[in-house]
Amino acid sequence: MNHTAKDRPGDAVAFVDERLGAARGMRWLMDYVFPDHWSFLLGEIALYSFVVLVLTGTFLALFFDPDTTQTVYHGSYHALQGQSVSNAYASTLHISFDVSGGLLARQVHHWAALVFVAAITLHLLRIVFTGAFRKPRDINYFIGVTLLALAILEGFAGYSLPDDLLSGMGLAIAWAVAMSLPLIGGPFATALWGGRFPGSTAFESRLFIAHVFLLPAIIGGLIAVHLAIIMRQRHSQFPGPGRREDNVVGTPMWPGYALRSLGLFAAVAALLVLMGGLIQINPVWLWGPYHPYIGTNGAQPDWYLGWLIGALRLMPNLEIHAFGHTFVPNPFFGGVLFPGIVFGLLYALPWLDRRFISRDYRRHDLLERPRDNPRRSALAAALLSAVAVVFAAGSADRLFFQFGFGYEGAVWFFRGAFLVVPVITYLVTKRVCAGLAREQAHPLRGWSGHVVIRNRSGGFDADAEAIELDTAER
Amino acid sequence: MSRVWKTIVMFVLWRTGGLRARGQQPEVDPSERHTGAPAWAELLVVAVLLLVPVAALAFVALFVLDPNTQLLGLALGTTLALLACALVLAGRWLVPQETKVEQRPRLADPDAAREVTEQAAEGVEGITRRRLLAGAAGVAGAGLTAAVVIPVAALGPGLEEQLRRTPWRAGRALVDEQGNPMLAADIIERSFQTAFPQGAGTAAEGGGQEDLGSPVVVVRVDPATLRLPAERADWAPQGILAYSKICTHAACAISLFRDPLSPSTESKGPALVCPCHYSTFDVLDGGSVEFGPAGRPLPQLPLTIDSAGVLRAAGLMSGPVGPSWWGDPS
Amino acid sequence: MRRRLMMMVALGCGALALTDFAAHWDASATPSPTSTAAPSGLVAQGHALFDSSCASCHGLSAQGISGRAPSLHGVGALAADFYLQTGRMPLPNPKAQPLRTSPAFSPSKIKALVAYVGSFGGPDIPTVQPSRGSLAEGQRLFGLDCAGCHTIQGQGGIVTGAIVPALNQATPRQVGEAVRIGPYVMPRFGEGELTGTEVNSLARYIQSIQHPDNLGGWGIGRIGPIPEGMVAWLLAAAALLLIARLLGERTSEQPERPPRPGGGA
Repeated sequence: MNHTAKDRPGDAVAFVDERLGAARGMRWLMDYVFPDHWSFLLGEIALYSFVVLVLTGTFLALFFDPDTTQTVYHGSYHALQGQSVSNAYASTLHISFDVSGGLLARQVHHWAALVFVAAITLHLLRIVFTGAFRKPRDINYFIGVTLLALAILEGFAGYSLPDDLLSGMGLAIAWAVAMSLPLIGGPFATALWGGRFPGSTAFESRLFIAHVFLLPAIIGGLIAVHLAIIMRQRHSQFPGPGRREDNVVGTPMWPGYALRSLGLFAAVAALLVLMGGLIQINPVWLWGPYHPYIGTNGAQPDWYLGWLIGALRLMPNLEIHAFGHTFVPNPFFGGVLFPGIVFGLLYALPWLDRRFISRDYRRHDLLERPRDNPRRSALAAALLSAVAVVFAAGSADRLFFQFGFGYEGAVWFFRGAFLVVPVITYLVTKRVCAGLAREQAHPLRGWSGHVVIRNRSGGFDADAEAIELDTAER
Repeated sequence: MSRVWKTIVMFVLWRTGGLRARGQQPEVDPSERHTGAPAWAELLVVAVLLLVPVAALAFVALFVLDPNTQLLGLALGTTLALLACALVLAGRWLVPQETKVEQRPRLADPDAAREVTEQAAEGVEGITRRRLLAGAAGVAGAGLTAAVVIPVAALGPGLEEQLRRTPWRAGRALVDEQGNPMLAADIIERSFQTAFPQGAGTAAEGGGQEDLGSPVVVVRVDPATLRLPAERADWAPQGILAYSKICTHAACAISLFRDPLSPSTESKGPALVCPCHYSTFDVLDGGSVEFGPAGRPLPQLPLTIDSAGVLRAAGLMSGPVGPSWWGDPS
Repeated sequence: MRRRLMMMVALGCGALALTDFAAHWDASATPSPTSTAAPSGLVAQGHALFDSSCASCHGLSAQGISGRAPSLHGVGALAADFYLQTGRMPLPNPKAQPLRTSPAFSPSKIKALVAYVGSFGGPDIPTVQPSRGSLAEGQRLFGLDCAGCHTIQGQGGIVTGAIVPALNQATPRQVGEAVRIGPYVMPRFGEGELTGTEVNSLARYIQSIQHPDNLGGWGIGRIGPIPEGMVAWLLAAAALLLIARLLGERTSEQPERPPRPGGGA
C-alpha cells in the first residue's frame, strides 16, 4: 500500500479496508443498481418516516413520564389549572408548553406516524398489484405485512400514552377487544392491564416500554432484514428495453441514487417538520384528561385504525351466549375477526396466487402491471374496497353531522355496501384490466397471442415458431 | 358500453403516462453514461447549499429566543427543504448520469441444497427410534411452554370476582363527582347525572371514581311511561333510574342521554347512547339495546330514597358491568 | 281573513289590540294577565305575532297540540328567547329538528313574542356571567355533562336519531337557557344539578373553545383524527407521491438533462 498525501478519499477507504476488509463490500454497494420507477420510492418514504419517528421519539421520551398516578395540575396551561390529571398527561402538557421545541417534536412525531403507516400501505398496494410478492420475494413480503401490523400496533401504543380523553377511550375499546378473545380473553386482558381496565399503574409503563423499546426494536430489526433480503435478491423491475429476468437495469447507488435517496430523506423530513410546525395534530390540552366515566362524541382513533372502529360500529349486536354463559362477545367480530381475516388474506396472498390465481410456481423478478393479471388485480381491488367501505363507515357519524344522512340509515347502507361494493369492484377492475390489456395487446411483453395458420386439409395449425417466441418471453 | 370503457381506459393511460411506447426490444443494451455539468448548475447547487446554514441558524436563534412552534417548524422545515433541493439538483445535474445493468444472482444452488439435505440426514444416521425421540422432544417443549404459560392462569380463580366487582351494595348512597349526596328532589325530569357510590374507597381498593364498577348515570322520566320488567317494578322510585355508565360493548362511558322534548320528535323515547360506537339503550324498559353493536342490556342499579331524600342503592347491579368476556354469565 | 286583518290592526295599534286580546286572555284561563300598560302592550303584540306565526303548531293560546308541538305554558321567557334568538323556531315542519339559523324575527318582534310566552309564567331569561365562572371547573363540567354529545371542543356530533349542534355561536345567555330547557333531545339540568355559578363556568369554557389558541398551528376543525387522517392522506401522502414521481423517474426515454455542447450520446 503506497499512497500519497493528495489521495485523501483513498486514504479514508484504505483506513477502513485495512481494518475491516470492507473495500469489496463497498464497491459492491456502490455498484448496486436501483431500477428507475417512482413506485419503488414508497418503501423509502416509510423508511425515512421511521427515521424521523425515532429521532423525534427519542427527544419526547426524555421528557415524558409514563405514570398514571393522579396529580393536581398546576402547569402553565390555564384551562386545566387545579384539575385532577395523571402524571403522564401532565408531562405531555409540559412537553407541549414548557419544553422548547417540544410541541414541534410532538406534532412532527404524530404526523410522521400517520405518514409512516400511509407509506407502508401504499408500498403494500404497489407490491400486491404488481405481483412483487411472488417467489423469491414471498419471505420479504411476509416481513413487510408483519411490519404493517407492527406499525399499526406501535402507532396505537403511542396514541394511547398521553392519557388524554381520546387515548383513554381508545384504550377502553382495546381492552374490550382483548377481553373478547374467545377462551383466553379475560385472563389475557387482565394480565396485560394488571387488572380490570383502566388497570394497575404498571400498565402505562408496560405500554411505554412497548412503544419506545420493544416495538421499535422489532420494527427496526425487521426493516434491516427486509433491506438485506432485497439487496441479496436485487430489486424487482418492470419490463422494458433490455430488462430481463436475470438482470437489473437502473441507476447505480453511487453517485446518482445515493444523492436522490438522501434528497428524498430530506424532502420527507422537511414535509413532516413543516406539517408539525404549521398544522395542529392531537392537541391533547384541548381534549382534556381521561377518566373512565367521561366520553366525547364520536371519538376516533388515528386513520390506520379507522377500519376497525368502522367494523365495530357496523357489526350488528350479535353476541354468542349459550348455557348461561357468554362465548363470543360482540367486539370480537369487528375488533379481532375482521382484521384477522384481512391480515390472513394478505399473508396467504403468495400461496393463493400460486395455487389459484396465477397458478404459477416459478421465480419472477420482472413485475406485472395490474392489467397483466386481471384476476389478481380484481381480487386485490375487491379486498381493498371492502376495507375501504368499512373504513368509511367509521366516520358515518361525521357524515350525518356534516351532510345530514341519518346515522342508523347510514349504518345499514354501509352494511349493504360491504357486501355489494367488493363484487362490483371485482367486476369493474377485471373489465378495466382486460380492456387495458386488449388495447395494447400485451404492452409489456409485446403481443402474446398465437399465430394460427390454415393448413391444406382445411384445419388450423399453431405457428410453432411464434408460440416458442411467445413463451420464451414469458 | 365498451366505448365508454375504452375512453376511460385511454384517459387513465394518458394521465398516467401509460401510453408511452414500451415496444419489445429484447436485445437493446440500455447502459449509458453522461458526464459533465453546466457551470450554472454547479453555482446553483452551491447557492442552495449556502442557504442551508442560514435557515439552520434561524432555527437555532428562534429556539433560543422565541421557541414558537410555527416559526420553529418553518425554519427547520425550510432548512431540510433546501437540503433536499441541493441533493436532488446535485443528483440530477452534477454527477454522472448513468444507467447500469447488473446481473441478478441466481440464488438457488441445487447441488449445495442436496448436499445440505444429505448432511442433515447424516446427523441422525444410526439412530433407530427417530420418531420416539422427536416425540420426546415435543413433550419437552410442551412441558416448558406449560410451565411458562400456566402462571397466567393463576389469575384465573379470582378473575371473575375481579372483572365483575362493583362497589354497589344495598343502602350505599349516590354521590356526585365532588362527593355530595344526591337528593331525589334535585333530579328533575329529563335530567342526566353521573353518580358514584359513597365511601367505597379508592380505585385501587375497587371503588373509586376510576373503577369501572362505580359510575352510574341517573335519569328521571315520567313514571307512567316506564316499561320495566315486573321484578324491577320498585327499582325506579319517582321515575328515577340508575344504570351503569360503562357500555357493555367496549367499556366507553355512556355519556349521551337522548330524551325527546317534543311529541313530534322522530327519534324514539329516552335512551342512553355510547359516544364510541353509538350503542343505544332504552332507559324505560331496563336498558335493552335499541340500536348499535352492544350485545347485552345496560346493567341497572335498583334505587331507593331514604328519609332525608337521598338516593341510595337498593341492591346489586342487575348484571355484570362493562364488556363481556368468555365465560361471563349472561 | 278577518282574523289576519285584525292582527294587522293589532300590530299597528297596541291600545286597540289590548281590548281585543283581553278577551282571549279570559278564554284561555291563564292566571292573572299582566295589566300594566307597557308590558301588556308588548304581550299583546307578541300574542298577535304568535297567532300568525306559531299557533299552527303550538295552538292559539300556546297550549300545545297533541302529537304536534308541546304546550308553552310554563316554559317561560327563557325558552322563547332561546328558540327565537337562535332561529330554531319557527320550524319549517313540526317533525324537523330545530337547528340554529339566523333569527326569523326582528329583535323587537322577538321581544314581543318572548313577553307573550313569558306571560304564561315560567323561568325568566337567566343572567349568565362567564367572567364570574372558573375555566377549569367549566372544562370539568363540560367533560362530564356535555362532551358526550357536543364533543369536548363543542364542535357538535350526533346521537342516534338527531344531530348535536356545534357550540361555535352559542352566547353565554343561550348556554344558560339551553341547559335549563334541554332543547329537542338534549337532557336538561335543574338548579340542584348545575348551579348558576356552575353555568357561569360552563359558559366561560364554551367561550374559550370559541376562541381557541390553536397553539399547534392550523386547527383543522378540532375534532381529532378524521381531519388529521385527511391531511395525512390528501396533503402529506399526495405531496410525497408527487415528490416520488419527480425523483423516481430518470428514464432513458425522457432525458431530463438539457443538451450540452460536446455532451455524450
